[in-house]
Amino acid sequence: MIWKSLDDFIAMGGYGFYVWGSYLVTATLITTEILMLRMRRRAVEKARRMQALLSEQVTHETTP
Amino acid sequence: MKLNWFKYASPATFYPLAGKLIPWFALSAAGLTLAGLYLSFFVAPTDFQQGESYRIIFIHVPAAWMSMFIYIVMAGWAAAGLIFNTRLSSMMANALAPTGALFTFIALWTGALWGKPTWGAWWVWDARLTSELILLFLYLGFLALHAAIDDTRRADRASALLALVGVANVPIIYFSVKWWNTLHQGASVSMTMAPKMAATMLLGMLVMALACWMYSIAAALVRVRCIILEREQQAEWLAKLTQEPA
Amino acid sequence: MIRTLGHIVARDVLLAMRRRADVATTLFFFVIVASLFPLGVGPEPKLLRAMAPGILWVAALLASMLSLGRLFDADYADGSLEQLMLAPEPLALVVIGKVVAHWLISGLPLVLIAPVIALQFDLPAGSLGTLLLALLLGTPLLSLIGAIGAALTVGVRGGGVLVSLLVLPLYVPVLIFGAGAVDASATGMDASGHLSILGALLLLGMVLAPWATAAALRISLE
Repeated sequence: MIWKSLDDFIAMGGYGFYVWGSYLVTATLITTEILMLRMRRRAVEKARRMQALLSEQVTHETTP
Repeated sequence: MKLNWFKYASPATFYPLAGKLIPWFALSAAGLTLAGLYLSFFVAPTDFQQGESYRIIFIHVPAAWMSMFIYIVMAGWAAAGLIFNTRLSSMMANALAPTGALFTFIALWTGALWGKPTWGAWWVWDARLTSELILLFLYLGFLALHAAIDDTRRADRASALLALVGVANVPIIYFSVKWWNTLHQGASVSMTMAPKMAATMLLGMLVMALACWMYSIAAALVRVRCIILEREQQAEWLAKLTQEPA
Repeated sequence: MIRTLGHIVARDVLLAMRRRADVATTLFFFVIVASLFPLGVGPEPKLLRAMAPGILWVAALLASMLSLGRLFDADYADGSLEQLMLAPEPLALVVIGKVVAHWLISGLPLVLIAPVIALQFDLPAGSLGTLLLALLLGTPLLSLIGAIGAALTVGVRGGGVLVSLLVLPLYVPVLIFGAGAVDASATGMDASGHLSILGALLLLGMVLAPWATAAALRISLE
């Protein structure tokens, strides 16, 4: 085992700021991308539902 | 047996296919990431010269590789869209761009954080860093151009052309910056690690690179499905508008 | 075909001459930007001399970029661009004509006035020749590359700023070799390598850029 303790692991031989700064920012950005994709997906599905509803209404109103 | 090469070129047939593929790529990405991180932090030994700061390489290099690879693939789809006139090709190019830009940014960010302890500066005008920065601008230009044009078809084709012009330019940019950098000896820094990289280090980098690759494919497929739905909806809406009873 | 080329060049130059203010603005912009730098970084002569090639080139880049709107926008607005595209002559030829005119109006004046500005920066007299030659090779290249960006954004809202974002990354090699040539000459080294590459890029641009611009115009106007 390279790391003698959890503290050792976090300190990264004194470079903790740089190493964790890199990995944590990367993790945050990737997570953000995933979340934004999910939001985009939901937005499009919602818009489709609204549109289906509206066109149904229009059909009801225009058919005698 | 007749092979229909263009079977999945229609958004309608590609949509369910992509849906089935996404879980596989997402799971591979997750698994490979875990394996890669394990290799990076618990198997690869401490570097003789750089101590633990070198561990940034396991995300920096894969991100840089992906940024360039995705651009080439994106340009490939752009070319296909222009040549074959298939809408889905352009949609794929557009689906790849944000992920590509993201990896470019990650490469730059992690590069800066690696550069500070190693060279003492957050940024140096090294050939690779500068070319990577310009690559980010090329991605942003692609996205900006597509967003600025209202007509979807024109937007697709214009940004496709831009991507191709960019792809022709990337080698030129790289070599010009390299020459510029070597002539200005003051700023030149050697970015090469010790010639023989420990096998575990190389393995860690490759596994992480594979993980990034799987992730990119999954993200692009998810995004392209969104794009397909958005455009289909736009088309339906337009059709409804023109169909209104008198 | 050469006659058509001549006609297109003559037309564009004539139109530009009727709005001389536009032409002058580009020139003044170049002069002003170049003058802003000493105000920003301080008057230390050694510093300015070292920075001169870079500053002059960046100013030339920006001035060239600002004038790109003039290439196609006016013609698009009044419908003559469409007519030009319907002409029997190859569209690439029309593009070459317009680029030549653009260079004559926006690029050549920069080339001519740059040595004067360079003296402000105390650039050694020996390298003024290199500066002239480098700009002579580089400014047409800037017009050629810029034409691609202008063609892609014809008639698009906010096109001016967008063109900058699109075209600046592509300008980088020109900047590097152009400024590098002058810098080499100013520090007593040989600039022929830089100038050769600049020349090669220009030849490459002359062949590829009109074709790409024509394709972009067709995409924008179909």
